[in-house]
Amino acid sequence: MAVPPESAASAAANGGEAAIPKQRTSRDHVVIRFAGDSGDGMQLAGMQFTTESALAGNDIATLPDFPAEIRAPAGTLAGVSGFQLNFSSNEVFTAGDEPEVLVAMNPAALKANIGDLAPNAIIIIDKEAFTDSNLKRAGYQTNPVVDGSLDKFQVFQIDVTRLTTLALHDLGLNNRAVFRCRNLFVLGMVSWLYQRPIDSTLAWLERRFAKAPDLLEANRRALKAGYNFGETTEMFASSYVVEPARIKPGRYRNITGNSATALGFVAAAVKAGRPLFLGSYPITPASDVLHELSTFKNFPVYTFQAEDEIAGVASAVGAAFGGAIAITTTSGPGMNLKAEAVGLAVKVELPLIITDIQRAGPSTGMPTKPEQADLLMAMYGRHGESPVPIIAAATPSDCFECAYEAVRIAVKYMTPVFLMTDGQLANGAEPWLLPDLDKLPPIKVEFAKDPKGFMPFAREEETLSRPWAVPGTPGLEHRIGGLSSENLTGNVSYSPANNELMVRTRARKIAGIAREIPPVEVFGDQDGGELVVLGWGSTFGSIREAVKQARAKKQSVSHIHLRYLNPLPGDLGDKLRRFRKVMVAEMNLGQLLKMVRADYLIDAFGCNKVQGRPFKVSEITNRINRALEG
Amino acid sequence: MATALTRKDFVSDQEVRWCPGCGDYAILAAVQKAMPEFGIPRENIVFISGIGCSSRFPYYMNTYGFHTIHGRAPAIATGLKVTRPELDVWVITGDGDGLSIGGNHLIHVLRRNVDLRILMFNNRIYGLTKGQYSPTSEVGKITKSTPLGSIDYPFSPIKVALGAHATFVARSIDVEQKHLGEMLKRAHDHRGAAFLEILQNCNIYNDGAFNDLSDKAIKAEHQLVLEHGKPLVFGKNRDKGIRMNGMRPEVVTLGNGISESDLIVHDEKNLSLAFMLANFEAPMPTPIGVFYAESRPTYDAAVNQQLEAAKSKMGPGDLKKLLERGDVWDVH
Ligand SMILES: Cc1ncc(C[n+]2csc(CCOP(=O)(O)OP(=O)(O)O)c2C)c(N)n1
Ligand code: SF4
Ligand SMILES: [Mg+2]
Repeated sequence: MAVPPESAASAAANGGEAAIPKQRTSRDHVVIRFAGDSGDGMQLAGMQFTTESALAGNDIATLPDFPAEIRAPAGTLAGVSGFQLNFSSNEVFTAGDEPEVLVAMNPAALKANIGDLAPNAIIIIDKEAFTDSNLKRAGYQTNPVVDGSLDKFQVFQIDVTRLTTLALHDLGLNNRAVFRCRNLFVLGMVSWLYQRPIDSTLAWLERRFAKAPDLLEANRRALKAGYNFGETTEMFASSYVVEPARIKPGRYRNITGNSATALGFVAAAVKAGRPLFLGSYPITPASDVLHELSTFKNFPVYTFQAEDEIAGVASAVGAAFGGAIAITTTSGPGMNLKAEAVGLAVKVELPLIITDIQRAGPSTGMPTKPEQADLLMAMYGRHGESPVPIIAAATPSDCFECAYEAVRIAVKYMTPVFLMTDGQLANGAEPWLLPDLDKLPPIKVEFAKDPKGFMPFAREEETLSRPWAVPGTPGLEHRIGGLSSENLTGNVSYSPANNELMVRTRARKIAGIAREIPPVEVFGDQDGGELVVLGWGSTFGSIREAVKQARAKKQSVSHIHLRYLNPLPGDLGDKLRRFRKVMVAEMNLGQLLKMVRADYLIDAFGCNKVQGRPFKVSEITNRINRALEG
Repeated sequence: MATALTRKDFVSDQEVRWCPGCGDYAILAAVQKAMPEFGIPRENIVFISGIGCSSRFPYYMNTYGFHTIHGRAPAIATGLKVTRPELDVWVITGDGDGLSIGGNHLIHVLRRNVDLRILMFNNRIYGLTKGQYSPTSEVGKITKSTPLGSIDYPFSPIKVALGAHATFVARSIDVEQKHLGEMLKRAHDHRGAAFLEILQNCNIYNDGAFNDLSDKAIKAEHQLVLEHGKPLVFGKNRDKGIRMNGMRPEVVTLGNGISESDLIVHDEKNLSLAFMLANFEAPMPTPIGVFYAESRPTYDAAVNQQLEAAKSKMGPGDLKKLLERGDVWDVH
């Protein structure tokens, strides 16, 4: 399957010896982690290896993990950036609990990751990076490579720096530029090790360095040198083959959650036949949605980098008033700043999507790390009775459907909608079966046109939604605002009874969305059983894997995963009550748990983690086992 | 189609609820009177306001209107104007709304030069919340929240606008209906963010704040009416003027060898002059009129040009192509 690159470039690396044909070992899946300094290009190597693996037909899940600092001091633990990838010939749900392969570009990368490794894992290190000063910076007293502390692992010490330098020696690049090609050498080597074709990476390099031919050549050479080194070195006795997964036929691409979110919004705007407007203020890990959407101007997509998050959401409210598909994106502290404008959108009943790409809090917290602790803020984080629908994506590609669905609901019900993802989904990637665009549900936008009997707060019978009457329409001139206003006319009114009527009407409107939420899917025992694990958002993979494993052991464990968090699906209470025990697994201290207990009076219990890291499958498994015993 | 509109066409059916005698009535009247002259169909006019007595304004205009949240009207108007550049969008704000809670949005909308008309009703007080000092209240002012006198140094709205490099900066007074009408027209004709400070009397919480400028008996001695290309003359008998004494402006009395040719001639395009005029404090007269006007591309036009350019370069958006961008593969 692999397309071996020409061998010329590898001559420098292996002295031109003929390659000895090697053995191939078959594996059903591999979990690999690339780790290095944040300047070492590990995210890039990881993403390219992901693409190569996806093109080779594997199912995939990834987990990038990088520091919030752009360049923490080189060689320190704080500066370690990692990218974990699980590629498999079966369906995968998570990036894997324990890497079986670690690429460590320096001592800090080794130290930061060694505790996570599977027994007997393969460790590939850049030998030259293990200098005294680097060891010291990482906090090693002695060199772990020689002091025996790595004996339970298979360690491969490779002269990555020297071999890269040799491969590029005649290009006249400075040391720094050469050093920065080490990631491509490693990628080439690992690509050989797992028999991944490198064409897609070569093509990517050509696009990436179209304007810098010398860097293009350098990176190509480093990649090929690494690949050929893998083939010719005697260190690796075998390469590994992970056969393609049996996945649903169709056209695929790799997608991260943030890209899928951006594309979902564009798709929804196209379907609605309206321009897309994003008002946003940069914040990790949400900024990539702003970056990506700003390249789609021709659709048309308006992106407005506002002066703060308040202006971001406020500008979106203005755009919604004018008839655009209006969205805002944020995370962490930005969520707090948006509350007042969201309340305004609730009151004036304009469609708006607030995308919260959750990160670990409180306050600035851990900007690059995922958490799910904003659920109750989305539910209740505004003054007054201010219900807002909430939709949460479960996987990176699911962000597309959820973004699309958020727009559909916002427009249909004339309401703001929260779309919840998180840092793990945002940067994690998986293969995505491209949707059939004709089969996406319709998004109907019909602006009010007829002045006869027009009333800005008259309601559609079923949905209770009000007309979308945009400026520029003759005869429909009217005023809206945050003050309590009269039913139908929208004129300012402080009538007590009218206020209650409006508050209740808006609440009924949002509750009524439950009508069109599909029945809850139970993975496992349809008629109920011992335990059901209830989850939402990015915990999907870990929960599903843990539940699958439990079921394989004949444990009566099932899984329900929610996309709609407000309103909750109408049949959720009934379905949960079919189980003796309900465990809610979430990356917070029990927020969905509170909602479920309050709404259904079910004595559910939590499985919680707030470490800025996704659940390991084993953590959920352990909690399941404890619950089954207890 | 275009039957000429009249003032009445711009009066909404809502009862006006300002205190009797409030300067806001005069401003409302001036705007309703000016509107028909602009010849814009009512449906294309939108008034967006924040919160405050002043911000109730949109309810009384028979156009599209949006009474939003405190201080954020500039941002909301930006979202609307950028996506619907054909609309005539007005922002109504107060000294608290626009300079305190919304100060950030105001400076950014001005520097971006979004094509909006921004009317700031400056009564140097928080009216709606019943009389606390505002960012334009003078030092020493006794209010409900400053029983011992305010110790906050105030902002000058004009200087804030100039500092943000607004492309149109002007001042008028609620009771000067003719002047106010002219300024509204100038603001309306301007392309870009037009900032008009309107000195407005709050007769309940800050009565007479601008007495010097509105009292018929004395106002001529205190108002300096700026007119482009004309010397800076003021006074009941138009016998006073402003001339430069070295680097400093001074008030002089005409006659005795001093003639109009010695005076500063107003030049709306001179930013330094605008700043100098904005700095006038007693005993200098208070300038009203256009301090500064320049032509600079508007933000909304530039945004839409980028969209058009992208469309002509890449063609209209093709969703299928977009989804298939990058590496795709087929599973059979
Ligand atoms: C977020 C928020 N904070 C405070 C208020 C209370 N509030 C309403 S208007 C206002 C001040 C208004 O002053 P100004 O803008 O000068 O308007 P005026 O009433 O004087 O016309 C304040 C503090 C509010 N509505 N919203
Ligand atoms: S409080 Fe002052 S500003 Fe407000 S309506 Fe009354 S007079 Fe006008
Ligand atoms: Mg005021």
